[in-house]
Amino acid sequence: MTLFSVLFILLCYSLTFLSVGLFIYRIHGYANTPVPLKIPTMPAPRTEGGVVLRMAGEVLLFTSLFRANKWTWIGGYIFHVCLAVVLFRHLRYFLTPVPGLVSLMALAGIVAGIGLVVSAVYLFVRRLAVDRTAYFSTLSDYFALALTGLIGLTGLFMKFVVRTDVTSAKAFVMGLVTFHPVPVPPDPTLVVHLLLVLLLMVYLPMSKLLHVGGIFFSPTRNQIDDSREKRHVNEVEA
Amino acid sequence: MAKIKTEPLTGKIRVPSIEPGATAHYRANPAKPEHNEALGFPGEKIANWEVKAIEKMGEILDTNRAFRVYMDICVRCGACADKCHYFLGTKDPNNMPVARQELIRKVYRRYFTIGGKYFPEQADACDLTEDVLDEWYNYFHQCSQCRRCSVYCPYGIDTAEVSMVARDIMDSIGVGQKYCNEILGKVLNEGNNLGLAKNALANTLEFFEEDVEEETGVAVKYPMDMKGADVLLIPPSADFFSSPHVDGFIGYGKVFHEAGVSWTVSSYASEFANFGMFIGDNETMKKVAMRIREAALELGVKRIVVGECGHAWRVAYSFWNTLIGPFDFLDPKYKTPTHMCEFTLDLINRGAIKIDKSANDDLVVTFHDSCNVARGSGMGNKPGGQFDVPRDVIKAVCNNFVEMDEETIREVTFCCGGGGGLLTDELLDLRVKGASPRAEALHDVMERKGVNTMAMICAICKAQFTKVLPNYGIGMDMVASVHQLVSNAVVLGGKKGV
Ligand code: SF4
Ligand code: SF4
Repeated sequence: MTLFSVLFILLCYSLTFLSVGLFIYRIHGYANTPVPLKIPTMPAPRTEGGVVLRMAGEVLLFTSLFRANKWTWIGGYIFHVCLAVVLFRHLRYFLTPVPGLVSLMALAGIVAGIGLVVSAVYLFVRRLAVDRTAYFSTLSDYFALALTGLIGLTGLFMKFVVRTDVTSAKAFVMGLVTFHPVPVPPDPTLVVHLLLVLLLMVYLPMSKLLHVGGIFFSPTRNQIDDSREKRHVNEVEA
Repeated sequence: MAKIKTEPLTGKIRVPSIEPGATAHYRANPAKPEHNEALGFPGEKIANWEVKAIEKMGEILDTNRAFRVYMDICVRCGACADKCHYFLGTKDPNNMPVARQELIRKVYRRYFTIGGKYFPEQADACDLTEDVLDEWYNYFHQCSQCRRCSVYCPYGIDTAEVSMVARDIMDSIGVGQKYCNEILGKVLNEGNNLGLAKNALANTLEFFEEDVEEETGVAVKYPMDMKGADVLLIPPSADFFSSPHVDGFIGYGKVFHEAGVSWTVSSYASEFANFGMFIGDNETMKKVAMRIREAALELGVKRIVVGECGHAWRVAYSFWNTLIGPFDFLDPKYKTPTHMCEFTLDLINRGAIKIDKSANDDLVVTFHDSCNVARGSGMGNKPGGQFDVPRDVIKAVCNNFVEMDEETIREVTFCCGGGGGLLTDELLDLRVKGASPRAEALHDVMERKGVNTMAMICAICKAQFTKVLPNYGIGMDMVASVHQLVSNAVVLGGKKGV
């Protein structure tokens, strides 16, 4: 194995480890922070089932965002759905044999890949074009979109321009997953694609991208409206 | 006071182009040392304030999950950006909820995140400097903590929580706001925000009794400190003295009278308002609320019913049980606390009081949902009861009721512009501008439906609107208590009560 392969493999392991570790650490931090008072945004559900529905609406349909701004919703929704489909489709690199549903989604995967890039561009331009968003958008907002967009672009490049050898790509990933690493396929686009993914993975738990886990800990959305019936005890004092 | 320049009302709410710095100079008066010290805060800005403020922020991050999560997960999508009445009214981009949060978030990033520590510039992180503290002070006192932004945020991020934390941090380093801290000192000392002494209250209640008897010929009692009464009524102290609040208070008394329920106010706990919430200090909030528990125990009442006050209803409904509960010494048949509207509606529904709706036939009424009631509390047994219960009361006592535009009522209602501890003269400019979305929606139904009365259940809303609506050419007689409408319509001696 070349020195490059050895280093690259070490990088894959260490950054994945770092990303997962940080993610768990941050989420653990949320879970262990007390909630002093009842602060659901009212009207809130009066039952646990109701809260599950409310949260499901936010996570699966972006209900509040829909209510707020249709233009942002459409861009954000397409972006996230495409991302989910692309991730799901990538299971074919991690599972042997490839599950039927994953194989069936070849076309959906391509459409989603394109959708991901297009919506990232749309969201990027939207930030610049509206005076309000331009005012408060930060470098990290553009960075996150650019990074995801580039990951999508390099993926599409390997599909449509310089096709990568899917078999050896899969062999490489499987090698990592089974802890029997094999050399990196000699495709620079693939290497760049993977590097960007690693970067995104590490960036996620230390940035706003943590909304993926954080939303479940938002007291305004996950609390039940039952303060008169059931005494909420402040863990700080208890 | 000079009239504040406003644009003519059109009945439409438009999202303005931003004008950076438009209200950067709006500044609430700072608290005097004695105001801060009375609440246990340093009298003046302490020497090592930067260090202490960051320490305090760290403490809050460890004890308040909402703040911790909200500091991290805002994606700056902008869903909240055009939802704040202060942004719509002032055009200042720092009044966009997300930008308001960023004022503190950029400091959070600097001291509490990896990116901000090592790459402050790239991470949009900045030190807590004198200028930043000034920005905090000015813009976190341009947030009425109305939570409208939180409704629209995909993660429920609540700028009200963020403002409370910011004010809590500032208080802890001796940078308090006069209006809130002075009032809190009064309520802790004298039992109410106005600093009214016991004999002044007694005189007022006596005056109400004479007044009502003269007008109706019926001897309605307005008792104080009556041991063994069934109900302890906790009104906002404005209900004793301010107009149009008093008319609502008179209405409460008539309802109790007709129901045949014995009731009393307490001179020790003569204040429902609790500004402890506005300054984000749970200890102070608890102390203020504790007087009510103590009064209820002392007077030996069976239940606590509260008057018309928005933020106080949020504190009572959502926080009392945590702060001063459990209420196992009260009759478990009743919810604690019970809102006066719940109390009245129940009587009406059971036919226990007689109503003559025609008494309000000269009125075309609309209802302003107060922000803290709408988004911080509930009523009745169903979600959304906080919208339906007061409306049902109004509809039971008035023949002419109409709604304002649906984008301005119920859970997306606009704040009156004077909540959150901003009901102070030096912020009048802000208050007038912040009231513009409501003024537009009101203007619309005045034009189209002939509305001449806007009813509400909040002492702050009432004070704010009577002061600011005239700037829009709307008379202060537009503003009414819900229980003022009840007061007009309830037939004294009509039923034998419960
Ligand atoms: S809506 Fe929520 S996530 Fe979006 S910018 Fe506002 S606070 Fe941030
Ligand atoms: S809580 Fe209300 S006043 Fe404060 S930022 Fe949000 S919308 Fe504006």
